[in-house]
Amino acid sequence: MTSDRRVEDQLRELAPQVLGALVRRFGHFDACEDAVQEALLAAATQWPAQGAPDNPRGWLITVASRRLADQLRSDSARRRREDLDAVRDAPFTTTTSDPADDAVPHTDDTLTLLFLCCHPALSAASQLALTLRAVGGLTTAEIATAFLVPETTMGQRISRAKQSIKTAAAPFTLPPQDEREARLRVVLHVLYLMFNEGYSTSSGPDLQRADLTTEAIRLTREVHRLLPDNGEVAGLLALMLLTDSHRIARTRADGSLVPLAEQDRTLWDAGLTAEGVALITASLASAALGPYQVQAAIAAVHNEAASAADTDWKQILALYELLERIAPNPMVALSRAVAVAEVHGPLAALDVVAQLEEDERIKNHHRLDAARGHFLEMAGDLDGAREAFRRAARRTTNIPEQRYLEGRAARLV
Amino acid sequence: MKYMLLIYGNDELWSSFSQEDFQRAVADTDAQLAELAKSGELVGAYGVGDQVLAKQVHVDNGVPAVTDGPYIETKEYLASFTIIDVESLDRALEVAAKNPFAATGQVEVRPLMHEAAVDV
Repeated sequence: MTSDRRVEDQLRELAPQVLGALVRRFGHFDACEDAVQEALLAAATQWPAQGAPDNPRGWLITVASRRLADQLRSDSARRRREDLDAVRDAPFTTTTSDPADDAVPHTDDTLTLLFLCCHPALSAASQLALTLRAVGGLTTAEIATAFLVPETTMGQRISRAKQSIKTAAAPFTLPPQDEREARLRVVLHVLYLMFNEGYSTSSGPDLQRADLTTEAIRLTREVHRLLPDNGEVAGLLALMLLTDSHRIARTRADGSLVPLAEQDRTLWDAGLTAEGVALITASLASAALGPYQVQAAIAAVHNEAASAADTDWKQILALYELLERIAPNPMVALSRAVAVAEVHGPLAALDVVAQLEEDERIKNHHRLDAARGHFLEMAGDLDGAREAFRRAARRTTNIPEQRYLEGRAARLV
Repeated sequence: MKYMLLIYGNDELWSSFSQEDFQRAVADTDAQLAELAKSGELVGAYGVGDQVLAKQVHVDNGVPAVTDGPYIETKEYLASFTIIDVESLDRALEVAAKNPFAATGQVEVRPLMHEAAVDV
């Protein structure tokens, strides 16, 4: 690990703590967020060259506070005398041992920040971008690269998100108890989207996108540390770890996709599997059941099978039936059809597909065609299967998936 | 999700605009692009030079050959494209409908390919 990388990890960890300390002290989430971002950038250039300060957190708080003071001073339109005085008079300095730490109590604000960044007034894309910057400590340039958009586009999206939070007058506190479950679902959904966004298959320029997966796992770990008894948090973390354990096995050297059944299971990360299985086992035994836990349980059954043929499909089918009961959704029904095919054969699975063809939400989705192709191939209707795979390939916008589906069609010629 | 909004046209269509109408359509387009930039949804927008300026590049045995053209009679050719990154297809269609040229012709909306996992 290079020292740049160490500094980067350290900064990402400190980012929410420093931002939380500033917002608690001075209010002005949007201005504080800018100031912290500048302090992080300053640290990223200075620390690797000059060495990290003895008290990194205090250093960042001091530098960010100065930037905040400068900003409030120069921002004549929004200038408020008392804010400026408060910032200027704050007993923050880098010369004594760690006064910044004394001035601001070590409150863990990560959760409060996550709730704020995933405020329901924001679009999912804005929640994602703001979370990565304010909680994850990523720079706007890094986030823009990860989402393949220009930096100015991402900068605008983040500043618009902060505007929306300001307009909604969202307080810097945890949501009231009666809203917390619903708000937590939004936070978990944003972390789930972050994970998926990074879970692409190619190497090369997309390596930076894999950072999003790492970041999603790191932040979900944080939430799990702060809410250890919440089953859905544990379930999401387990689902991410179990999914990520396939990372190396799911892509060939040429970047093409390897389906679960054909993956070399010796390449699966045993450490991630063990951690994921332990997490989901403990959570199923103690916490209220939710969709992430059931999905993690399904992933665990796959990971525990020594080979594809050893997969306990009956258990997977039962879990999908459970998932459909607690979170009814045509995509889940389609996944259940795959288990139905393994347990009851392809004709029974095609019946499920036929039912889904009536469902407006999924009838034109490429996944439905891909599943139909798979079941038709199992049933021996190779012409029908080829046609279904081709239709699916034309309808997906995912590049590796398209190559995979075209490959399955070509194999049947 | 990224979408590309394509506007096609031909000389006949462009010359049917009065100078004034065309200026207004351009101004309305600029206003819409400014709004999309502000919301963080605009990835890029470009007008495409006339097809008389088009060049074709073909590499034969490692040697690039450049020709002018196309001199084929296309009924409609690409006039501009805009790339947006938005929440949903519905939002992309809404943006397309607000484009002033949607009222005089049509705006084609195409999804762009990506590599993110749709679900895991």
